[in-house]
Amino acid sequence: MPQFRIPGPLRRLSDGQITVEVVATDLGAAIDALDARYPGFKDRLLDEKGELRQFVNVYLNDEDVRLGQGLKAKVTEKDEISIVPAVAGGRG
Amino acid sequence: MAKLLGLRCRECGAEYELQATHVCEMCFGPLDVVFDYAAMKKRVTRERIEQGPPSMWRYRDLLPIEDSTPVVSLGEGLTPLVKADRLGAELGLRNLYLKNDSMNPTNSFKDRVVSVAISWARANGFETIACASTGNLANSVAAYAARAGLECFVFIPVDLEPAKIVSISVFDPNVVAVRGNYDEVNRLCSQLVESTPWAFCNINIRPFYAEGSKTVTFETVEQLGWKLPDEIIIPIASGCQFVRHRQAVHELMDLGLVNGDRVPKFTGAQALGCAPVYNAFHSDTPERVLPVKPDTIARSIAIGNPSDGMYVNRIALATGGVVEAVTEEEIVQGIRLLARTEGIFTETAGGVTIGVLAKLARAGRWNGDEVVVAYVTGHGLKTADVLASVDGHARRVEIEPTLKSFREKVNF
Repeated sequence: MPQFRIPGPLRRLSDGQITVEVVATDLGAAIDALDARYPGFKDRLLDEKGELRQFVNVYLNDEDVRLGQGLKAKVTEKDEISIVPAVAGGRG
Repeated sequence: MAKLLGLRCRECGAEYELQATHVCEMCFGPLDVVFDYAAMKKRVTRERIEQGPPSMWRYRDLLPIEDSTPVVSLGEGLTPLVKADRLGAELGLRNLYLKNDSMNPTNSFKDRVVSVAISWARANGFETIACASTGNLANSVAAYAARAGLECFVFIPVDLEPAKIVSISVFDPNVVAVRGNYDEVNRLCSQLVESTPWAFCNINIRPFYAEGSKTVTFETVEQLGWKLPDEIIIPIASGCQFVRHRQAVHELMDLGLVNGDRVPKFTGAQALGCAPVYNAFHSDTPERVLPVKPDTIARSIAIGNPSDGMYVNRIALATGGVVEAVTEEEIVQGIRLLARTEGIFTETAGGVTIGVLAKLARAGRWNGDEVVVAYVTGHGLKTADVLASVDGHARRVEIEPTLKSFREKVNF
């Protein structure tokens, strides 16, 4: 099953779990499934229009989903979905 | 005087104790240091600043380091503000100034933020300093960690410019070369920060680190005789320093250090090969900054997913500034233009800044009397390789060691 990696600030929602497996075939459905199991995630990850919040980065097997299909990205058995707060780097 | 009250989320306002954390647990927004401005106002004066040390630490009262904390310093800041008459003449600007931050101890603006970050980290019990970097930050972190006697890990993209690797490695840090671009290095470090007891300058101690940027603008205003310029041109990577320069002007006004209420225009500079903020600025939704894959010689500012991008555009629009971008060729031309007219050799990021300055000037943005300041943030030797491949030696001749050969070959 696709597996979420939960960052520190959100582990209170996942009862401290670092990884959570879900049943889904695309990223949007995976977030729905995560929220069904641990309510609150959808609110934290998506804005009122249902798009990824500005300060949330989601990586599907190390690829930023915003560079690809976004929430429509297909997910399969072996995929890892990492939620990472968008900090940023220092220049230089 | 305790001047730090805590941390606060820039988005939702949630408040936190002072600690090494940078992300709001409620909304993932960025956390900023909250200062006790009322207490600061009673204390900070122009005279007090002018009597301070000849470094950025003359603004200590405005930095997130308490009086009792020893600072880790190599004499950063108070870099020259140069009146650029020859460059100004080419561009039709009679009051053009350059803040030459390549004159810092490790030759980039980064020494300001790192001095604050490492001072804070050491005082708060951290034994290891780390960072994700495109080079300049790693250079600075490695030097200041050596100065402070702290363990150091720097994470860099594996294909970093050779000159940068040398100037990092000489300080003997642990160098982790990551097979990926900066955004990937940064993401790895964002995940590592949860499982290591390290202070990552630009991640978990970012709220403190970022404040150091303000000193560029404080100094510029002091060096202009406590006057605000009309416009400031700033290179954009994550957008972090851009936001802090706006904050610096707020603070100067609120603390009564400058007269008047006319905020400078804040203008951003990007390379077209990595221009997510510029793209958004010129779209219908300037606060929605979409990531890009960087491909530019201006690698020190090549951040494809800039965390403060939306704030850059908000500030540029609110102050009447713009975000402009230049081609690779214009970057090299910017480097050479600055060198030829003012005797200052800047790195590719500086070429972006000067390139944008030149582009805007030639497009007629200014009437010529405005006080315009461009922030030159790093030294040219850091990226000297980009000039090796262009015709940078058009005036070179090779001769025999004889007068005859000289007279034959040299026109004078």
